[in-house]
Amino acid sequence: MNETKNDLLQLPNLERQPFEPRALKSILLSSITVICAILACVPLFSVLVMLIYRGGSRINFELFTDLPPIAFQPVGGGISNAIIGTLFMVGIAALITVPFGVLAAIYLAELGPHSKIAAVARFSAKTMSGLPSIIAGVFAYAIMVITMGGYSAWAGGVALAILMLPTILLTAEETIKMVPKRMKEAAFGMGCTPSQSMTKVILPVALPGIITGVVLAVARAAGETAPLLFTAIFSEYALEPNDPTASLAVLIYNYSNSTSENQLELAWAASLVLVVLVFILNMVSRWIGSRTRN
Amino acid sequence: MAAENREEGILNHKETLAAPPTTVDKTFDKCFRTLTLVFTWATVLLLAFIVFRIGGQALPALKEHGLSLLFSSDWDANNNRFGFWPQIWGTLYSSFLALVLGGFFGITIAIFLTQDFLPHKLEVILKNIVELLAAIPSVVYGLWGIYVLIPILQPVADKLHSSFGWFPLFSTSFSGFGMFSAALVLSIMILPTIAAISQDALRAVPYKTKEAAFGMGATRWEAILRVILPTASGGISGALVLGLGRALGETMALAMLVGNSATVSLSIFSPATTLAALLALNFPEADLNQTGVLMYAACTLLLITLVVNMLGTLIISATSMKGDER
Repeated sequence: MNETKNDLLQLPNLERQPFEPRALKSILLSSITVICAILACVPLFSVLVMLIYRGGSRINFELFTDLPPIAFQPVGGGISNAIIGTLFMVGIAALITVPFGVLAAIYLAELGPHSKIAAVARFSAKTMSGLPSIIAGVFAYAIMVITMGGYSAWAGGVALAILMLPTILLTAEETIKMVPKRMKEAAFGMGCTPSQSMTKVILPVALPGIITGVVLAVARAAGETAPLLFTAIFSEYALEPNDPTASLAVLIYNYSNSTSENQLELAWAASLVLVVLVFILNMVSRWIGSRTRN
Repeated sequence: MAAENREEGILNHKETLAAPPTTVDKTFDKCFRTLTLVFTWATVLLLAFIVFRIGGQALPALKEHGLSLLFSSDWDANNNRFGFWPQIWGTLYSSFLALVLGGFFGITIAIFLTQDFLPHKLEVILKNIVELLAAIPSVVYGLWGIYVLIPILQPVADKLHSSFGWFPLFSTSFSGFGMFSAALVLSIMILPTIAAISQDALRAVPYKTKEAAFGMGATRWEAILRVILPTASGGISGALVLGLGRALGETMALAMLVGNSATVSLSIFSPATTLAALLALNFPEADLNQTGVLMYAACTLLLITLVVNMLGTLIISATSMKGDER
């Protein structure tokens, strides 16, 4: 009885058929995807393992206090000037970009979000975020090194600032936009001027998000090499802001092809320090970000 | 003045919090608003100034050498003959190879992370791992490439060259530094960008579209390939274009791995060079005459990346607007 009915209506077979070609194809594609995902994790772990394996042996007190070895000094030496140089230049860049980016973001998010200039500024910031880092170096070379007559930490800081600005600006704009509208309206209802509502209500609420953006930008800038190659270049001496300045990234680059085993070891150790620094900054920004969302 | 006095008469400040903004408040407000507007303008002007300044420095070289520089492959600083063709070729070819590889992996991972393959916790872990890939500085990738990746690739490349040497992609022997290792590292570096933006695009596909496909009896991959990917194609192509933009501008990993020889070859084992690597290696030692030519190279790179990035931004904003209408 049932069979004849099925024949009459020509119902398809609705049972699951695991060995049908299209089911097999689905399984095949799924396994390829899993393999791809695993393969993509390999480089990260390989980098981390190699950094610890080759750089870990040099992590000691000396590394953080001594200057780099001179020429072919076979043992010893540290990267203290590079660590200080990186922090100094990133600090300059942050001092320039934080007020710049946050104030522009306030205009973009609050004061004139739909104005023409806001649309153009947003577009420029997005375009600048894709600017090749070496171009920032070339620009800083053209405006700082040529006019000041020499390589300096200041020029390096300006080059990094150009790279940090778009990140800070765009994340600050996003977070300021996310502040609930009723808080702004409550501030206005109390008779605040727009700038009072901004500095006393909106900015404090948006602060964690803004800090997240700043920390991310700092993490990115700390690892940049190309913009420093011909603005701050490198030095084997302690920090002197008006002279060439060492940084972790350029130290790694300069020592990466060194024939001196000692310098090569330092390059690995510096990479480990740099990656740990960058990862910590990333974690901090994530932690602040997740705390505010709750 | 008279009006203020009268207001003070009506509202006694000691008894009520309500007070009209004082002159200081008003001045502060005005200054603050002007300041934000100034910095907004400054953002626009900064980009214009970057283009203007680099363009201005490149102008003498452009006048002297003309556009033929872009397609010539001579480089003889002593005789004042320059050509960027090998660099332009290297930039485009390495980015293209990285885009093919990084794009494939990036989109696959985006699918893996968005289409309920994994329990939520594992998804978050994998997502963080992929994002951390982007956090590693490029110079560290360069170091890793020289001492870890190249020794692994060498036997593979030798085998491919000896067995398939007739095929143009494998036609030269591999000396370690070359397009193959550089493009591989480059693809690792652009993978997170592509994966992150593609994930956004895939998440934006309306749930009912997906359910409709499953309701019609599609298998998981039929739904992904025929319904979800085409719906998200706008955002994914934007992701690919932005990934391309990153690959074109990447400097250090390439300068360390690509071999820096002005060769134009289809072979992925041949050493090559890129515009960014040219700048990184020659700028510190350039004399005044050469600086102009290098600025010209910087200008070329700037224009290529600006066009690619603007295109990517426009594609993404156009598709997300279409998504809002839906």
